[in-house]
Amino acid sequence: MRKYYDDISRIAGNVVTVKAGGVGYDDLAVLTSDRGESLAQVIRLEGRQVSLQVFAGTQGVANNDRVRFLHKPMQVPFSDALLGRVFDGSGRPRDGRGPVEATPVDLGSPAVNPVKRRMPDKMVQTGIPMIDIFNSLVESQKLPIFSVAGEPYNELLARVGLQANADIIILGGMGLRHDDYLKFRDTFEQGGVLGRAIMFIHTAADPVVECLLVPDLCLAVGEQFALQGKTVLVLLTDMTAFSDALKEIAIVMEQIPSNRGYPGDLYTQLARRYEKAVDFDGAGSMTVLACVTMPGDDVTHPVPDNTGYITEGQFYLRNGRIEPFGSLSRLKQQVNGKTRDDHRSIMDACIQLYALCRESREKRDMGFEMSDWDKKLLAYGALFEEKIMDLSVNIPLFEALDRCWAILAECFDPAETGIRRATIEKHWPKPLS
Amino acid sequence: MTGKIVAVHGNLVIAETDTRVVQNSVGYCVRQDGVRLLSEVVRVRGRLADLQVFEETRGLRVGDTVEFRSEMLSVVLGPGLLGQIYDGLQNPLPKLAEQVGFFLQPGTYIHGLLPDKKWTFTPEIGVGAKVERGDVLGSVPEGIFKHQIMVPFGWQGSFTVERVAAAGDYTIEDEIAVLKDEAGQSRSVKMQQDWPVKLPLNVSRRRLMPTEALTTRVRIIDSMFPIVRGGTYCIPGPFGAGKTVLQQITSRHAEIDIVIVAACGERAGEVVETLREFPQLIDPRTGRSLMERTIIICNTSAMPVAAREASVYTAATLAEYYRQMGLDVLLLADSTSRWAQAMRELSGRLEEIPGEEAFPAYLESRIAAFYERAGAIELRNGKVGTLTIGGTVSPAGGNFEEPVTQGTLKVVGAFHGLSRARSDARRYPAIDPLDSWSKYAGIIESSKVSRVRSMLARGNEVRQMMTVVGEEGTSTEDFTVALKADFFDNCYLQQNAYDEVDGATPAERQKFVFDKILEVLDLDFGFEDKSTARQTMVRGSDLFRNWNYAASDSDEYRQLLERIDRFIATKGREE
Ligand SMILES: Nc1ncnc2c1ncn2[C@@H]1O[C@H](COP(=O)(O)OP(=O)(O)O)[C@@H](O)[C@H]1O
Ligand SMILES: [Mg+2]
Repeated sequence: MRKYYDDISRIAGNVVTVKAGGVGYDDLAVLTSDRGESLAQVIRLEGRQVSLQVFAGTQGVANNDRVRFLHKPMQVPFSDALLGRVFDGSGRPRDGRGPVEATPVDLGSPAVNPVKRRMPDKMVQTGIPMIDIFNSLVESQKLPIFSVAGEPYNELLARVGLQANADIIILGGMGLRHDDYLKFRDTFEQGGVLGRAIMFIHTAADPVVECLLVPDLCLAVGEQFALQGKTVLVLLTDMTAFSDALKEIAIVMEQIPSNRGYPGDLYTQLARRYEKAVDFDGAGSMTVLACVTMPGDDVTHPVPDNTGYITEGQFYLRNGRIEPFGSLSRLKQQVNGKTRDDHRSIMDACIQLYALCRESREKRDMGFEMSDWDKKLLAYGALFEEKIMDLSVNIPLFEALDRCWAILAECFDPAETGIRRATIEKHWPKPLS
Repeated sequence: MTGKIVAVHGNLVIAETDTRVVQNSVGYCVRQDGVRLLSEVVRVRGRLADLQVFEETRGLRVGDTVEFRSEMLSVVLGPGLLGQIYDGLQNPLPKLAEQVGFFLQPGTYIHGLLPDKKWTFTPEIGVGAKVERGDVLGSVPEGIFKHQIMVPFGWQGSFTVERVAAAGDYTIEDEIAVLKDEAGQSRSVKMQQDWPVKLPLNVSRRRLMPTEALTTRVRIIDSMFPIVRGGTYCIPGPFGAGKTVLQQITSRHAEIDIVIVAACGERAGEVVETLREFPQLIDPRTGRSLMERTIIICNTSAMPVAAREASVYTAATLAEYYRQMGLDVLLLADSTSRWAQAMRELSGRLEEIPGEEAFPAYLESRIAAFYERAGAIELRNGKVGTLTIGGTVSPAGGNFEEPVTQGTLKVVGAFHGLSRARSDARRYPAIDPLDSWSKYAGIIESSKVSRVRSMLARGNEVRQMMTVVGEEGTSTEDFTVALKADFFDNCYLQQNAYDEVDGATPAERQKFVFDKILEVLDLDFGFEDKSTARQTMVRGSDLFRNWNYAASDSDEYRQLLERIDRFIATKGREE
């Protein structure tokens, strides 16, 4: 017998409170209103008052609408039949095909035991020197692209996604513009990976809180494939939309905000998702790349700030380039010691010199005289931007390293680079005095 | 002693009960499927008890049973702690993995020590002796240490030894002594004992002023902003500035007996690095694997939040336990902000009146109490044990004017502030040499340190001025000061953590290099123009940097030193 509850005592924001008993915390429910059915999740139990976050929103919900509890947490069916399919933020097909019939897995499984993780050590070659040389991407890394509206962050995400050579690609769209969704589709199709891609797409037109499940859906599915030994790549865009949906719920639940309206557990909420990135000891791996748009281009905004503390680095995309400052791959040292002996020296020297170049530019812009040293730095900066930083550059790592040496030799004396003597002697492309 | 759940909100459960409930005691929330979730009573109001649950509360229902216990949240102490990898509640993670596989499982708890392992006990006390809590009854070898078996710390009063086990092999559950209390009651002592994590463990004659330098082999710390055994320090810094790397290299190179790594609410991957690498790394001081002197407590960010709050206390308790044996212990907590956030999450659910940034009003006193657990103590047998605590702080937005950083700065003895500008420019370790401070004395004479500090400050002033008047508006003399400051920064303060030699500089070498550098800084070069000044200092930097990379006692080291001496003797004209 199906049991319904229809004594709704409160409807506010996207939260509905209904009188019911025997309900488990975090359990799933279905709310039926004139607008149809929506999934909802238990977020608070107080005596017989059960508060539910309603994924399709509460517009049009009446105080005698019916709630049915499913007595299980949110789940997603898992099988190879997911490949090539497109779903919405609640996991329903959005490609006009029927639902996938398979054994369901729970969303939001417990954390991986740290001793069952491997040390990540496989570099992902992207052909982008700003990544490969300076902030190498590593399989199983969790890494966001920090950017602002108008920058080609989704293109970059898709490009890296294709280069990564993963067995399975999972795209999670949150608040995604429909055009952007189509662009991802086209890119995957042209790249010939559509058959091993799965998409969970919440568009800007869908109810806001429905995007809350998207990361969990992607990660639960990805985790299962990784447990089967696959290399999985999860692309999430835009995690700021996800965080804003969290904020909305928190405010309705009258939680005391900690910072600009965001709940105090924003860090924990984000970490629980990003930490799903894993290289299993004895199974596959899951890499997570995300987009985080920074409101007001402000990296101290709670969303990029908390993200930066959680993820294993970040790529700043600004003016169509990956910024060398602020961009970071925390896992780079796991791989860049094993590529070529000069990799680390080039990485450090080029950035330190580029930092000095920026100082010289500031001086120049303030109208100061340029010393010979300043002039060298300016020349270096221009070459470096054109031949290395530009996003259209697409060359393998070793070629990029050689190119850096050529630029250094064109602009500086060996000692000025700060690179240790032994490395200079081996790689300096010009005769040494 | 049971109650019934009446509310669930995140990891907070409210239970109604008629029985006796002890504040901060342990409770278990029993799920419908019988799984028992460890919890702690955090507030009692009339017949309502609020509990924070150390697991995800998924599936708990109103009406479910809560079992109340009388004991407080405790850890087990005894031989076998070293080399372990625990979660925040002292569950050994490798064993947990054997039992339940890839994922952690709510409600699965495992004894923190090996109940079956035999330890070779040597009695060190005779029948009839008078003893008090903390006094040594005997010892067992644990790796490189003599692990002392002590009278349980919770036993008040004095006791007479009635019986001691003969030398031989025993498990932690075997009786190794019987003590008679003042009332004539006999009590049995085992090698293991429990201690409530939130109570400081300190059985000593008195606290001592910590003065002995603790060498970390990080030059900027040991030479400029030193820490001492029994002292406290903090490392605040924005994300990616190098807090964790700094703690990792400290955990490797610090000249200390025991290191407790508390990974609190940060990435699991970082713990994996430590736990995969340490067993392979040999501690040059002992010739044994680094893991033998290390305990890892890890409650990473994806693990339940309440256990994160407990994990730093678990770590502190284990550290204090080894201090009771007269050892020098270093506790590294990364990050104390995550611990503070866990307090904030709970406080919010308890609907307490929030303070700044929604942190609870008692934040500062909790931080102070935590660092207060550090210290050098003189034990009853005259030995000295120390506990040094270093915590990272992760301020929101990288802004140090926030409650956790400010609360921490009030109580610690040294401040290693990481700067975004330095980490962006790859000047590692990114400790800001102008803002950081230490109240302790280190390996370099303080007069020398202050000379260098004022030179760095002047160099910075000149740089600031140059942004207004330009290089052309700066005298060659001032310009040289700025160059010297850069030189010191490049050749001494910066250190390549990933280089075999440069990554760790022993105290003796630090003193020697520091003096050499001072010779350069003291030189009156009398440069004719700025371009000569710059070129000369570039050459000097190059020499010193290569010297840093050269292994002590290598030919390269000696050759570079000769060239450096010539550089100094000729005021940079020759090398
Ligand atoms: N001392 C150092 N030497 C070289 N690189 C460093 C050093 N400290 C930090 N880094 C670089 O910065 C990255 C971030 O450091 P980390 O300690 O993880 O930052 P935080 O803990 O402050 O967020 C590291 O992955 C490494 O690439
Ligand atoms: Mg860190």
